[in-house]
Amino acid sequence: MSRGDRFLLDLSPEGGDEKNMKIGVLLKQVPDTATKVKIVNDAIDESEVKWVINPYDEYAVEAALRLKEKAGGGEVVIVTAGPARAVETMRQVLAMGADRGIRIDTAGLTLDPYTTAVMLAAACKDEQFNIIFAGKQAVDDDCAQVHIGVAEFLQIPHVSPIEKFELNADLTQAVVERPVSGGVKEVIEVKLPAVFGCEKGLNEPRYASLPGIMKAKSKPMKELSGRDLLQGKTPLLAQSQYALPPEGRKGKMISGTAHEAAKELVRLLREEAKVV
Amino acid sequence: MAQVSSLDYFNISELLSEDEVMIQRATREFVDHEVLPVISKHHRDATFPTELIPKMAELGFLGSSLPTEYGCAGLNNVAYGLLMQELERGDSGIRSFCSVQGALVMYPIFQFGSDEQKKKWLPQLASGKKIGCFGLTEPDFGSNPGGMKTRARKKGNDWILSGAKMWITNGSMADVAVVWAKDDDGVIRGFLVEKGMKGFSAPEMTRKFSLRASVTSELVFHDVVVPESNRLPKAEGISSPLKCLTQARYGIAWGALGAAIACYETALSYAKSRIQFDKPIAGFQLIQEKLVWMLTEITKGQLLALQLGRLKDQNKAKFTHVSMGKMNNVRIAREITHLAREILGANGILDEYPVIRHMMNIESVYTYEGTNEMHTLILGADITGIEAYR
Ligand SMILES: Cc1cc2nc3c(=O)[nH]c(=O)nc-3n(C[C@H](O)[C@H](O)[C@H](O)COP(=O)(O)OP(=O)(O)OC[C@H]3O[C@@H](n4cnc5c(N)ncnc54)[C@H](O)[C@@H]3O)c2cc1C
Repeated sequence: MSRGDRFLLDLSPEGGDEKNMKIGVLLKQVPDTATKVKIVNDAIDESEVKWVINPYDEYAVEAALRLKEKAGGGEVVIVTAGPARAVETMRQVLAMGADRGIRIDTAGLTLDPYTTAVMLAAACKDEQFNIIFAGKQAVDDDCAQVHIGVAEFLQIPHVSPIEKFELNADLTQAVVERPVSGGVKEVIEVKLPAVFGCEKGLNEPRYASLPGIMKAKSKPMKELSGRDLLQGKTPLLAQSQYALPPEGRKGKMISGTAHEAAKELVRLLREEAKVV
Repeated sequence: MAQVSSLDYFNISELLSEDEVMIQRATREFVDHEVLPVISKHHRDATFPTELIPKMAELGFLGSSLPTEYGCAGLNNVAYGLLMQELERGDSGIRSFCSVQGALVMYPIFQFGSDEQKKKWLPQLASGKKIGCFGLTEPDFGSNPGGMKTRARKKGNDWILSGAKMWITNGSMADVAVVWAKDDDGVIRGFLVEKGMKGFSAPEMTRKFSLRASVTSELVFHDVVVPESNRLPKAEGISSPLKCLTQARYGIAWGALGAAIACYETALSYAKSRIQFDKPIAGFQLIQEKLVWMLTEITKGQLLALQLGRLKDQNKAKFTHVSMGKMNNVRIAREITHLAREILGANGILDEYPVIRHMMNIESVYTYEGTNEMHTLILGADITGIEAYR
């Protein structure tokens, strides 16, 4: 089921091609945003981390599923670079309705956005996707570079972040809306194939249904070797050290009516903080 | 290995399959986003959240353990139980709705119905296009339903139903009622009584203090003509409705844990943030004892429910096993709702927190589907060979 309005997609009912739309989704497994990060031996301790779908990727998944439904056919393929635990997240997306998964195994590899994009682009190239959706960024490292790198290595256009997505009747061109600073929106026409980074608000991602969950385990899942796809390429970025941000200063609660509180705030800013 | 997104002190996740964990997580997410934001208002207004029916149907919550050929999800018993737990973490009224639709309406049609009845009703009930209810209890026959007075007299190819049922969940909303009545020979038979049949009415029972977000009704039959094709052909005797109750009671053994978990989680977080005598009340031994008791009983209840489900999946669960699950888990849930209410102090009586709502709801759950006393005596009869309830 959907949690909200669907975006408009104007497809010609007679068009023959739409049945064969091959839609790729780049999916990352990330720590739940409520995770308290712990550093042990200069590395992030993953032992108590709960893993979830990168929230922005959910919009990408939903966009892909709606596109397939609207077209009345095609295939939604999820591509993940990650260790074995990432399979769990991929299954959740298969339960939402994606058709199959490709996991690029990253066990033992040190990666950065560049090498991750190299691997994903190599996997996508083989699939010959008509369109690729991704989250606008992953909420763990917030780099927002991988999907752009993928587009770059595939030598196709990309737009990110997008808040609205429409496809023209002959499925060759998308019209998307991209927010820029100051509340202004850019409306961009893009020739397919292209990569889109999805922003919150693009759609309302659906829940996995119980029958969907039951079907997920029998959907195909392919594994590729990250090392093979890298073909000797190495990271451009090196992590030298991990440190937690300094403890935030304690806030102060001011009670009383709005009038009293405002007065007290001004007094504190004057007398304690000495900023006004 | 995947972890459930619920209270899991003993790592029960390890005993669950990947699908089972996914089903728990998906349902909890649904309840967080769709049930919790609307439930207090429905509870206050004493209305059932009908807006949730199409959503729950589309996600496969109705009759979810029945086979896929009827449009159902085909869950095993453990996955079904986890679904019930998460729904009741939202509200016992939501879980009751799904219990009745699945275990007390779709199940008897599936188990005792003709092929035509199954084909006609099951897909529509699974998709939420039709709602059902289950009429067994009468004003004068609760714990002893075998004494029922509702009669079905054979007349040509029809049956004439007369009598009344009481305390019927979903009654006034229902398109079809599974009604139990005695024939001229005193044999209990099951009928599908449809909304709009002449002489059939289902007035709602109002002014409840418990299960307010659930519809409870009387069913009244004034010589209702029911065609033979609406009789469940394979149902005969009191064992037929009791078989349905065993299904529903199994779900309650899990569901009650959901209400308990909601109260425990609320009480724990409240106790950690409420400061009295310059420290969180969670730091006082008397509060800790309550929290630990709650957690321990929930954990024992989870292990009981899980093994009950595994036995049921292997067709090895006896009805007495189900009685123990329902009896124990509802009893501890009832205590837990009370302890949580105590820990919340005055806030424990406000509907800003889910606790008082669960506390009032669980009073119904304690009584329906076999009272705590009746399950105790069913188990007593099983181990001693002596029926103490007659
Ligand atoms: C909100 C709600 C929803 C319900 N939904 C449905 C429904 O959908 N369909 C349906 O058919 N029914 C439904 N019921 C009815 C429910 O199943 C009955 O209330 C229940 O079976 C108990 O019957 P009673 O209330 O008549 O209590 P009684 O049987 O009169 O019992 C009263 C008390 O006496 C005790 N008692 C009775 N007999 C014995 C004995 N032999 N030994 C010791 N103690 C005994 C009981 O344990 C109880 O404490 C619902 C009830 C409620 C409250």
